[in-house]
Amino acid sequence: MDILIAVAVLGGLGVVFGLVLAGAAKVFHVETDPRLEKLNECLPGANCGGCGYPGCGGYAQAVLEGKAAIGLCASGGDECARNMAQIMGVKAEKVSHKVALVRCSGYRGVDENGKITGAKMKGEYEGLQGCHAAAKVAGRGPLICKFGCLGFGSCITACKYDAIHMVDGVAKVDEEKCVGCMQCAAQCPRNLIVPVEYNRRVVIACASKAKGAVTIRGCSSGCIGCGLCEKICERGAIHVEQNLAYIDYDKCNSCGLCATVCPKHLIADNKKMEHSEE
Amino acid sequence: MNWQSIFGILLSAILTENFILVKFYGICPFMGVSKKTDTALGMGMAVTFVMAIASAACWAVDQLILVPLGLAYMQTVAFILVIAAIVQVVEMFLKKKVPALYQALGVYLPLITTNCAVLGVALVNVQEGYNFFLSVLNGAAGGLGFTISIVLFASIRERMEETDVPKSFRGFPIALIAAGLLALAFMGFSGMKIF
Repeated sequence: MDILIAVAVLGGLGVVFGLVLAGAAKVFHVETDPRLEKLNECLPGANCGGCGYPGCGGYAQAVLEGKAAIGLCASGGDECARNMAQIMGVKAEKVSHKVALVRCSGYRGVDENGKITGAKMKGEYEGLQGCHAAAKVAGRGPLICKFGCLGFGSCITACKYDAIHMVDGVAKVDEEKCVGCMQCAAQCPRNLIVPVEYNRRVVIACASKAKGAVTIRGCSSGCIGCGLCEKICERGAIHVEQNLAYIDYDKCNSCGLCATVCPKHLIADNKKMEHSEE
Repeated sequence: MNWQSIFGILLSAILTENFILVKFYGICPFMGVSKKTDTALGMGMAVTFVMAIASAACWAVDQLILVPLGLAYMQTVAFILVIAAIVQVVEMFLKKKVPALYQALGVYLPLITTNCAVLGVALVNVQEGYNFFLSVLNGAAGGLGFTISIVLFASIRERMEETDVPKSFRGFPIALIAAGLLALAFMGFSGMKIF
């Protein structure tokens, strides 16, 4: 008899809770837009956060609510933007393909005379691994240059696309794999990583704002602000500010002259990406 | 019921009888959701919320149904049922009525459905013979204790990410060792008694 009571009570509880849940599901039913699921399908689902929303789901929701523009997904590219625009019934905007650039050329090495090239270290560093930890060490880290890549690879762990690798102590972006989500930039304590157009020819791969003499002491390939590139540029697209050259890509016609005159060879000339507007 | 017993419950639920580090309830979310401090905080808040509500509901079911019918031995089974149902209803309610809170807690709620800390607090309430108010208080305080320990642990793990851990200890093993050391530290509170 006791068993029957127990079974009845527990069973009754179960049935009551079941009914309550069923009722609650009806009462608290939230209408979800069928387009949301379709938008989610268009997105790559890597949740890289490059659009500025928490994951692909967050971006899809924002697009649905009209809070976000279509085409913010760098990783999905044009195709993704087209599909999303089709679902939302609007015209797609062209997605500009940007890639990350690590503004440092201090590749550690030794030249034919046995002289150390690239960025020099103050000494052996055996402290906490990771760029943020190393950058906080007294004297701003183990590198003499206060602006260059520390080489502990915090950006590499941040990359979901395996697009950054360590080359001779400096992080280098594989532009074929990079989707331009810029998650790596947030991890760089020295703010070295910036977005640049994929199909541009020249970049300034240095971020040293120190005076030329100071830069030379720490690195054989740092920008000394000599201004040769500024003088040779026919279109006035390069300017030296605070001992560092900057390229104005609106004016640059990708002639590549600046790269030929740079005495420190830090203007990277990517001939494959040559595209002259004239 | 007096202030002394209220303070005693708060103290024991948060520190001396901490659900995670002293009683070892709810270890799975403790290990699973403690990689980042902010998610750990979210999880802690969700657990606190659910533990308070579950304490109230389990007290009601126990006192109004199980005890009068002489079915106190079915408490564990009945409480699991109550907690699972309650978490589901709370999730649906939040989704509809308080979307902001759902955004903050939503992902953690289903994880709590079978959290043994929640079941544990309901059973402790019965064992100690707490009344309705003290049960809810014990639930909320136990949740706070959970929050404190998981946030502490998450900040330890965040720091461990940067350290040079021996290869065979990387990841979970070193986390378990850290959890053990943290539990050892909390054992230090066990000497505290106010009665």
